[in-house]
Amino acid sequence: MSDTIKEPIVQFIDVHKSFGDVKVLKGIDLDIKPGEKVAVIGPSGSGKTTIIRMLMTLEEPTSGDILVEGNNLWKMSKKGKQVRANEKHLRNIRGDIGMVFQHFNLFPHMSILDNCMTAPVNVKKEDKNEVRERSIQMLERVGLGDKLNNYPSQLSGGQKQRVAMARALVMRPKIMLFDEVTSALDPELVGEVLEVIRDIAKNDDMAMVLVTHEMDFALDIADKVLFLDEGVIAEQGTASDVIEHSENERLQTFLRRFRSV
Amino acid sequence: MNYWSWETFSEALPMVLQGLGITVGLTFSCYAFALLFGFVWTFLRRIPNKLIHWIVTWTMEFIRSTPPLVQLFFIFYAWPMIPGIGVTLSPFTSAILGLGLHFSTYIGEIYRSGIESVDKGQWEASRALNFSVFDKWKKIILPQALPPTIPMLGNYFIIMFKEVPLASTIGVAGILHMANTYGARNWAYLEPLTIVGIIFLLLSYPSAILIKKLEVKMNTRFDKKAALENVKKGAVM
Repeated sequence: MSDTIKEPIVQFIDVHKSFGDVKVLKGIDLDIKPGEKVAVIGPSGSGKTTIIRMLMTLEEPTSGDILVEGNNLWKMSKKGKQVRANEKHLRNIRGDIGMVFQHFNLFPHMSILDNCMTAPVNVKKEDKNEVRERSIQMLERVGLGDKLNNYPSQLSGGQKQRVAMARALVMRPKIMLFDEVTSALDPELVGEVLEVIRDIAKNDDMAMVLVTHEMDFALDIADKVLFLDEGVIAEQGTASDVIEHSENERLQTFLRRFRSV
Repeated sequence: MNYWSWETFSEALPMVLQGLGITVGLTFSCYAFALLFGFVWTFLRRIPNKLIHWIVTWTMEFIRSTPPLVQLFFIFYAWPMIPGIGVTLSPFTSAILGLGLHFSTYIGEIYRSGIESVDKGQWEASRALNFSVFDKWKKIILPQALPPTIPMLGNYFIIMFKEVPLASTIGVAGILHMANTYGARNWAYLEPLTIVGIIFLLLSYPSAILIKKLEVKMNTRFDKKAALENVKKGAVM
């Protein structure tokens, strides 16, 4: 890809979010460039997950703007005035974004293959045979080519999470969000899931935002690391910037606790 | 044994059976009405508007807390007398409307419990995959919400079947009505009413067993489907 400066694909401008009286995010400003791999780290309850849930339209910001390819996600103009986005507006933008959840959220009433095929066929109205081909390829890529007709209940947690990634990838999103995708897994299954993410990060050109506690892994694959603390981005930069050059004491304490080296 | 006469029994049987079609037909009609109208309640209650929610909730509560017999009488006798909106309905139609509406409030609750049992993550995944509202319900939510409610819905079918004789009070000629008519004509109630009891037993009991079986099937449905697939694959390999 050329070196021209790319317009950010996602922009957060002074985004705040409260749940009742609890202020979770207190002014987030953030740029994500196309293809950029961003890791969001920070203590529990710092609002990491809330950031990507707002981008996936699962949570509405209390104030501030989120732009996706220049379009305001949560606001639209109606008769010259800016109003709250309706479902149609959200749907138009949301199609470019995919998400993998902590608890997989596979559809239990569908086979693995149907889990992958249902959205491209029903939502994007793509050709069924083409989608089947692509889904099979994707499931083979995540190492589950032999489980096409199995149901989610027959898989291990790691396998389920790999299906969830295949399901998101088949939609060909421009932005992929990973919400603590290894947190619900048995320790011995974490590796297989991380391998798939590493493979996606290396070979696919979509932007990725990872919320994770797998610190070494995050620092390894991320172009940019955000350290979120008490509702604000306390530190951001390349992995080496953040680890080696940051003076932020809370970050250093946090890293010491979570890193194995 | 002067009380019981097999002669009366065999004479009353064909007459009572004449009402069977009406009883069974009314049960199915009421049930179909209740199943459909249950959806109306369920979705009305999901409208995110406090006033509508309040009105719908209390209407349901009202219908559920008044006896179905009173509702039947109201629809059949009282409603036609209301100027403007009053309509005279046949006994059969009144019964479908009255019993169907009454039971639809219970069935609406069953749907609601089914929908609420669907994991929050399923809604979020449908959102993340950008499903339209219609497709989300059709492909993701209802296929998971409805199957577990089938045993409960089945129970209500049997309960409703047993309430259908109420319709004889407004002149629907089901088996109870026929038995009563026979009794009044011949001054012999024991045999015809016994026949009515037996018919209800013969129809309810097997239905209950069927529903039990359905329940077991529902609880193991995903495992079974998957097991079948494995058997097929095994046969190919």
